[in-house]
Amino acid sequence: MQFFPFLVAAWILAVGLYGMVTSHHLVHQIVCLIVVQSSTYVLLLGVGYVRGGVAPYFFDVPLRTPAVDPVVQALALTDVVVEAAVSALLLAFAIQAEKRFGTLDPHELVRLKG
Amino acid sequence: MTPALRRWLFFAGLAGLMAFYLWGMKGLPGFGNYPGPYGFIINHIAVGQTNATGVVSAVNFEYRGFDTVGEEFILFIAATGVAIVLRRLRDEQDENPAPDEALDRAASRTSDAVKVGALMFVGPAVLLGWYLGSHAQTSPSGGFQGGVVLASAFVMIYLSGEFLVFRRISPVSLIDAVGAAGAGGFAAVGLTAVVLGMPYLANFLPLGTVPGAVSSSGTIALISFFVGIEVAAAFILIIGELLEQTLIVRQGRH
Repeated sequence: MQFFPFLVAAWILAVGLYGMVTSHHLVHQIVCLIVVQSSTYVLLLGVGYVRGGVAPYFFDVPLRTPAVDPVVQALALTDVVVEAAVSALLLAFAIQAEKRFGTLDPHELVRLKG
Repeated sequence: MTPALRRWLFFAGLAGLMAFYLWGMKGLPGFGNYPGPYGFIINHIAVGQTNATGVVSAVNFEYRGFDTVGEEFILFIAATGVAIVLRRLRDEQDENPAPDEALDRAASRTSDAVKVGALMFVGPAVLLGWYLGSHAQTSPSGGFQGGVVLASAFVMIYLSGEFLVFRRISPVSLIDAVGAAGAGGFAAVGLTAVVLGMPYLANFLPLGTVPGAVSSSGTIALISFFVGIEVAAAFILIIGELLEQTLIVRQGRH
């Protein structure tokens, strides 16, 4: 059980990558990329967890209470923002690809471009 | 490349990746045995130094504030990029049906249940977004979360009406200006510290007396506010650009 959250992160990464490789639709592929990125949230929060620790908010708990690492949580927030930015841009590219080539199948697009 | 070969190659690569991953994991302390001193130090000193009880916000807007400037501009540039990628091309034009006809269609398409349901959530979404954006120093909230919730209020209005209403309440020029003010405000807070003879993004405002009060934590609350309006503007812009595509037809295809 000691490494279970890290194995969960690896599993999410693997299924996301598998989806990206076998995908036949650009929007589906972008969603798979979001799944891949979700694995980093699990990994980051898993690394920073302290057994028995509270959330790093000291509004209603005493200051010296053991708490989990706030730095990885801040990194996870950055991660979410970057993911939102990346998926918005990729969706815009997908719209233009559909308009230009009339298909959203990545294999079809590769064939059209040679 | 055949799909089967593709899959086979992928699994070979994945096996290698996982082997290295598991090997690397062997050297990690187990789950729950976080060893690093950094998080513990921040947890112990942050409240005393900043008067913010939300240590994650203190990390984001104070200790790691310079990274967050970059993070905010990533979102800003992504919104700009979406607008550029989806700009009107030469052979595209607005679908331009007669206005009364369009209004009729929109009215008959959206059911009353959806309209009422969506409108009911507008007020709570604005309130919750504003609350999140203004309580970064207190609780697990902040500008990024609050901005997204604020933007969702505009999506509710779109759901309850139509795109024209969405555009009327969020004209592109206004949203652009708000987004720029948010992004620029963050950078300006940092520069103000420089003008006052402190390092960039140093906390130059009074920290307040009660840790976790809304008026506490100086620039953390101010930066969170600027981030909130920038994030809300960026998401409204992105959503508006994507929705606008449904109104555009390309000559020769329709």
